[in-house]
Amino acid sequence: MATYSTNEFKSGLKVLLDGEPCAIVENEFVKPGKGQAFNRVKLKNLKTARTWERTFKSGESIEAADVMDIEMEYLYSDGEFWHFMKTDGSFEQIAADKAAVGDTIDWLKEQEAFEVTLFNGAPIVVTPPNHIELEVVETDPGVKGDTATGGSKPAKLSSGAVVKVPLFINEGEVIRVDTRSRDYLSRAKS
Amino acid sequence: MHKAADAAFFFDYFREITLSESWKPNASIDSLIERAKVVRSIRQFFEHKNVLEVETPILSRASGTDVQLSQWQTSNGYFMHTSPEFAMKRLLAAGSGDIFQMARVFRLDECGRRHNPEFTMLEWYRLGFDEFQLMDEVAELVRGLASQPELPVVQLSYKQAFSRFALPCPHTAAVDELRRTCNQQLNCDAADWTRDDCLDALMSMVVEPGLPPEQLTFVYDYPRQQAALARFREVDGCTVARRFELYWQGMELANGYYELSDITEQKRRFEEEAHLRAAMGVQKPVIDHNFLAALEHGLPDCAGVALGVDRLVMVLLGQADIGGVMAFTQDRS
Repeated sequence: MATYSTNEFKSGLKVLLDGEPCAIVENEFVKPGKGQAFNRVKLKNLKTARTWERTFKSGESIEAADVMDIEMEYLYSDGEFWHFMKTDGSFEQIAADKAAVGDTIDWLKEQEAFEVTLFNGAPIVVTPPNHIELEVVETDPGVKGDTATGGSKPAKLSSGAVVKVPLFINEGEVIRVDTRSRDYLSRAKS
Repeated sequence: MHKAADAAFFFDYFREITLSESWKPNASIDSLIERAKVVRSIRQFFEHKNVLEVETPILSRASGTDVQLSQWQTSNGYFMHTSPEFAMKRLLAAGSGDIFQMARVFRLDECGRRHNPEFTMLEWYRLGFDEFQLMDEVAELVRGLASQPELPVVQLSYKQAFSRFALPCPHTAAVDELRRTCNQQLNCDAADWTRDDCLDALMSMVVEPGLPPEQLTFVYDYPRQQAALARFREVDGCTVARRFELYWQGMELANGYYELSDITEQKRRFEEEAHLRAAMGVQKPVIDHNFLAALEHGLPDCAGVALGVDRLVMVLLGQADIGGVMAFTQDRS
């Protein structure tokens, strides 16, 4: 089993802590002038996104986690699982459960590429692209010519997400959205 | 074809270097100007007190013995000093009187927001002083450099510092109790930590960050096994080390001793450290016989202290990262 010593710690490193896959977020070196050195480490549990803080004696090792982020295309859902396919030409498919899909369920769009995080080969997290183009399926009628007042209204997108859009947007239009902030960015260029 | 490919590679390589920021200093030029002022003021402070500035070798044929410090060694076997202590004590034994030095010192593997593997140490020795008189002088220097003559100064024994944070007694608590406390307070697995591992962890991660930042806090009367080169004394039936540390703005700044001059005790500690190093699988030390001969000749009664100049400038300039006060940190060397 691969291990990492404290002197290899850096943010982004994927490690196994209490059997859970974690990513190091922050690593601080602490050492009294005449004393033992320590590493104070902030870790994010990749499954739950919860942050942990741990202290290690410098020189200690922890196990590496077999974690991989791969690009996969969303295919369909059978109600229980969400199916994705590798984009490397292998056509290999993977089924992610509800826990792995999480909030990304709001952004799922067929043939769009998502980042799937695999832990020991099984999907644990599905991350949407930062920007995605989706069709508006439900919103109040657009106010013509109103492009300057900065008002907004809720709009339901084809993936199910509800976001705030400017007043001039109509049903049937395709818009660009930031999936992290849920902000409307622009009309899609068609 | 091959040549052309090489040329293209080197062109890209050099363009990358030129475009990257790593040639630039870590600190701003303004910070370096302030740093130079601090260094000048330190020299003036000692000149006014008639303390002689000295220089001693960076490279030594002997190594240090401290189990917690790793040293660089040159290809021909010289050790780069981690502090100028032994050489300065030889000068004291030879009759130099009060001395100070500002030296670059080197500590392998120490890297972080508050650590750079090479840094500037101010070390000075005062004849006839004990640790309490020297603490007063350290406070005088720092208050002067900060232009805060009224900066509060608080002295706490190591035991008082621990009890202030509801930690077990550092001198009498069982090691299992200390381990449990570490587990609770620091989210660690301290099951196989030594007594000193636990004390160091609690001191640096509970006490140090919790001390009031706007005052100079001196912690004194260290646990006996952390005496390093300090004398012992008895306090309430406990043997403690006459060692002190200075903390300011949550940062450890200085470490001082009422200096051990007893050659027999010094040899005993060297042997103890050698055994400990062997047990830990750390390189065997090369004992400094010149230092021992100087002690044999006689070290005058004195107290000495080492202060991290970079860290002091960090506090004075409000910089959170040591790179903010250094021209170039190791990763830009």
